[in-house]
Amino acid sequence: MLFGQRLRALAGWIATLAVAAAFVVALAAFFELLSHPGEERTQILRGYEWFTSGDLRVAFDLRWDPLSALMALVVTGVSSLIHLYSIGYMEHDERRETFFSWLNLFVASMLVLVLAQNFLVMFLGWEGVGLCSYLLVGFWFNRRLLVVNPLGRLVEGEPDDTREVWAPPAAKKAFLANRIGDVGFLLAMFLIFATTGSLDFDVVFGEAGALAAGTATAIALLLFLACTGKSAQFPLYVWLPDAMAGPTPVSALIHAATMVTAGVFLVARTHTIFEASGTAQTVVLLVGAGTALLAALIAIGQDDIKKILAYSTVSQLGYMFIGVALGPIGYAAGMLHLVTHAFFKAQLFLGAGSVMHGNDDDTDIKHFGGLRSAMPITFWTTMAAWAAIVGVPFTSGFYSKDQVLAAAFEHGGIGLLAWAIGVFTAGLTAFYMSRYVFLTFFGERRWPEGRHPHESPPVMTVPLIVLAVLALVAGFALTTFTGEGGRFQAFLEPVLGAPEEHESLAAAAGLSAAATGLAAVGAIVAWLLYVRPFDWLALRRRWAGAWRPLAEKLYVDQVYEFFTVNLGGALAAFLARNVDQRGIDGAVNGVAELVGSSARSGRRLQSGLVRSYALGVLGGAVLIVAFLVFRP
Amino acid sequence: MNLGAFAPILAMLVLAAAFAVLSIVVSAFLAPHRPTRAKYSAYESGVEPGRLPQGERYPVKFYLTAMLFVVFDVEVIFLYPWAVVFRQLGVFGLVQMGIFVGLILIAYIYDWKRGGLEWD
Amino acid sequence: MHPLAQATTQPLPLPEVDWRAIAPELALAVAGVVLLLVVAFWPRAGRGVLAGLTLAGLAAAAALTVWNWDLERVAFEGAVSLDGITRYARAVLLAVGALATLMVAQGDSREGEPDDSPPEVFPLLLFALLGMVLLAAASDLLVVFIALEILSLSLYVMAGETRRLAAQEAAMKYFLLGAFSSAFLLYGIALCYGATGSTNLLEIADATGDPTADGTLLLAGVGLLAVGFLFKVSAVPFHMWTPDVYQGTPTPVAAFMAAATKVAGFAVFLRVFAGALGGLVVSWRPVIAGAAVLTMLVGAALAVVQTDLKRMLAYSSISHAGYLLVGVAAAATVPAGVSASMFYLLTYAFMVMGAFMVVQYVSRLGPPDDDAIGERSSLEDYRGLARRHPWAAGLLAVFMLALTGIPPLSGFWAKYYVFLAGIEAGLTWLVVVAVISSVISAFFYLRVLVVAYLQEPVGDPGAETAPGRTPALGVALGLAGLLTVAIGLAPEALIAAARSAERILG
Repeated sequence: MLFGQRLRALAGWIATLAVAAAFVVALAAFFELLSHPGEERTQILRGYEWFTSGDLRVAFDLRWDPLSALMALVVTGVSSLIHLYSIGYMEHDERRETFFSWLNLFVASMLVLVLAQNFLVMFLGWEGVGLCSYLLVGFWFNRRLLVVNPLGRLVEGEPDDTREVWAPPAAKKAFLANRIGDVGFLLAMFLIFATTGSLDFDVVFGEAGALAAGTATAIALLLFLACTGKSAQFPLYVWLPDAMAGPTPVSALIHAATMVTAGVFLVARTHTIFEASGTAQTVVLLVGAGTALLAALIAIGQDDIKKILAYSTVSQLGYMFIGVALGPIGYAAGMLHLVTHAFFKAQLFLGAGSVMHGNDDDTDIKHFGGLRSAMPITFWTTMAAWAAIVGVPFTSGFYSKDQVLAAAFEHGGIGLLAWAIGVFTAGLTAFYMSRYVFLTFFGERRWPEGRHPHESPPVMTVPLIVLAVLALVAGFALTTFTGEGGRFQAFLEPVLGAPEEHESLAAAAGLSAAATGLAAVGAIVAWLLYVRPFDWLALRRRWAGAWRPLAEKLYVDQVYEFFTVNLGGALAAFLARNVDQRGIDGAVNGVAELVGSSARSGRRLQSGLVRSYALGVLGGAVLIVAFLVFRP
Repeated sequence: MNLGAFAPILAMLVLAAAFAVLSIVVSAFLAPHRPTRAKYSAYESGVEPGRLPQGERYPVKFYLTAMLFVVFDVEVIFLYPWAVVFRQLGVFGLVQMGIFVGLILIAYIYDWKRGGLEWD
Repeated sequence: MHPLAQATTQPLPLPEVDWRAIAPELALAVAGVVLLLVVAFWPRAGRGVLAGLTLAGLAAAAALTVWNWDLERVAFEGAVSLDGITRYARAVLLAVGALATLMVAQGDSREGEPDDSPPEVFPLLLFALLGMVLLAAASDLLVVFIALEILSLSLYVMAGETRRLAAQEAAMKYFLLGAFSSAFLLYGIALCYGATGSTNLLEIADATGDPTADGTLLLAGVGLLAVGFLFKVSAVPFHMWTPDVYQGTPTPVAAFMAAATKVAGFAVFLRVFAGALGGLVVSWRPVIAGAAVLTMLVGAALAVVQTDLKRMLAYSSISHAGYLLVGVAAAATVPAGVSASMFYLLTYAFMVMGAFMVVQYVSRLGPPDDDAIGERSSLEDYRGLARRHPWAAGLLAVFMLALTGIPPLSGFWAKYYVFLAGIEAGLTWLVVVAVISSVISAFFYLRVLVVAYLQEPVGDPGAETAPGRTPALGVALGLAGLLTVAIGLAPEALIAAARSAERILG
């Protein structure tokens, strides 16, 4: 599209260099920012003035403060690595230049989103990332679903097997959920403008404290509705697992590291509004905790490696929302978890992509096992990310998760409930992630005859290694031990505010030990079940009653399907029958139906349509006049 | 609004409707019923009725000519009131009527040149 | 002297003729008559010549509009008023007319083939535009009716300009229902006259404040006026003709109807309801708001299930009429409602014309289908368009995204301003419905893009014919696309211009 035929081969490199250049620029700007004292670290770039009229002034103003700098670095940094990886992953795809131009468009939209200085520009980015996500999820629109036939061979399945992922329906689902969220964003924006008379962040946040409690709650909840769509929280999370139909780098970039964290970022960015409404904060906290638990449970029951990671992402996003719902003590923790999660989850997805790349695009965990020796780099880097997500002490996930949990504990009240759920979920997380790595890389070989798993090329493994290192050291580098935010928190303080007091080291260590201990239990159980020679499939059959609900994603999709497909279908059928018979019969029919002798056409003119249309006009007229004349 | 003023009109309406219905009903009962072929055929001013083209339809040319007739008919009707107050309207009226007639003339020329007046 | 003769020589009070006030209308009328004569005496004149003459007439009218730009007055004893609405609508309508001329000039003929549509379509276009600009300027209900009839009669004929059966059927339906709704409008005018003793909008405005006036009669009249206008802008429940007519009629005419009729219809809607009948806002606002809700939701819901692009655009134009009705409902109490609606009309006109232009382009792609009843506009024909015709697909994307209201394209600002005016007028619930409807509508606009960008073409691509040379359509497409993007990037000046429409002269 953007590149000619001759440039096709270079498209990936050009796109990668562009994003890498953006990363370098962001890094330079970041260090420039550090040279200022804390309070002066908010710079606003007054950009092209979109228009001003009356009270409303909208401009492409950009904001460069610690929060947006952090997000910009994560977005461009992770994107550069994933772009690089995609060069290898998409090597054989015919439309890779299209792929890269969309991927670049996505990064640009994401930057607009995080750098915005007013709600409208942010909305522009918000819509942009949604659109790119929609396009990229549906990228393999013509790829048939891969299923395993009874002989253990991969064959192309039927596209209308709706219980499994196939790109266009998945894209549609993502689109629908996101649009529901967008309604929230739009309405919040109107409400903000109606009450404060501005959309500029500084003005709005300046007046946030003076908002009436009801208004603040309404705005905050509408914004959070937008977050549940974009960041896949209950009840709109259902699109994210299906979005795995897209290419794996897309899953890594959009559906793990960057776009889905936009909701967390939005809550952090507009934290003054959320602080003005205790109700909204409680809602965010409960939804976050509930989603973390629900998604972790479902992840246990999945056999598709990308789906396990998708539900894991939903669950981890729940942790981030717990963090940012807690007020100043939790903001830095939530944001830290966002950063570390970007590293380890991007690695996990790219690692899964590498596994698929070496295994004929298979994603069924039952067909792996013992890949450790065939794909050593993928194995070791995935183990690093596993350590991080499980919370092995001194890896990045250990710091960030513990900080979120410690903040929840410290918050008290409803926070204690969130803490308890969080600790329990940490155990579940350890279990399903261990299950994932054990079944994939350990144990006996279960792959079908004739398959030769192989390691991926360097262009793919280099990003894996970089991300694995980051997943291990990021926590250590950014923060100090649990309970004190360290330099990460200090960096964000000018934007997000400082917590009032710090928990003592001893208590923090105790809390940390509880979560780590439970995680160890989860990992050990997984070890017992999946690594030792043990017939876990027989166990699954024996406990089918307990297993099926998990494998069936707790039937949430079925409930949604009932309401959307069945009721929607009934509505469409109703419309077809009663309202617009001709249009719904199909365009082809719509025109084809007209085919016929003039006599037939004349008869139809005489015998119904026009007369019934006229009847509609008459009915409407009578109704309107009667209303006006006889109104009490 | 004084609805009372409409009472005579209403009465007239009722009377007219009643008369129409009554005369049809009564004649159906009272009239002698002796049909002949001539009685059943259409009345066309003494001309022997022939069959119309298929489907009882007239050629579309007939409507075109009829519409042209109506247009000029309306034009003439419009000229009458103008003629009555011709003096009072003076030059203004003359100019306005000139524009009006001119426009219709142009339409007429257009129709003529495009073959709207040719029967075949 | 005879007393009678004496009486007859007394001059009648004559209206003051203000030629300058209606100069653009006169230019259009003269151009239309000249074209009619050209067609009569030189029937073999090429479409290029006729289109050139039409554009010249439009240019003259545009020049006169600019000449009159700062004129603010009521002319012809209050029959015509020159104010912001008039000049804004004139400018938009003339631009729309120029784009429509280009589309009509392109026609649906390929090289070497005779064109199906007769040359009369050019003068008819001018006469329809004359009716539209006059409608926007009319400040007397009788002028409103005359202007409405001028534009309607021209459009009835234009709708059936080709011999395709679908076009004939569309013209017939449009005519029958249009005549039916005109009767309602005329009856409404009569009732208003009966209640207030005048058809002049200024005098009606005065009478609405008069407690001795017959309220019931006036309200019945207002209701029937609303019916007539709602029909013209195709609002629910007076919308049923729209899909059939837009689908059946030749694409250039459908585009012209969708864009221009809405501009003129809403201009008069604003002038009559927000201006003259502003005093009765408490009475009519529920009617307009109710119609807006129905129009937005029914339009969006039925567009979702369409599989023909022209028909889908028809339903989309219905739902856009709903958003505009939000502006009308707000306009009586909030002046920003007027400017927001006028700005909406400006942006909408170019978006929807552009979308129809792409339809016209794509309809030329398939093998010539002489037997087809209608034109080629099924969604199936758009599969893989991006691969085959990237420019057409790109423009289609611009128009669809603009119609969806995605920033930074023009459609976003249009919606934004109308919704803002609605909130300001205290119609928040209505705006909530509008936002929901616009979310539903995103679904079917983007589905077109999915088909164009993400689906493989059906059938043998070799069977596809070249679209032929399309200079006129190309220029029109370029202009519409440029305007849609440019207005989105710099809406400010045009919004400021629309603000001057907020003071309605009557």
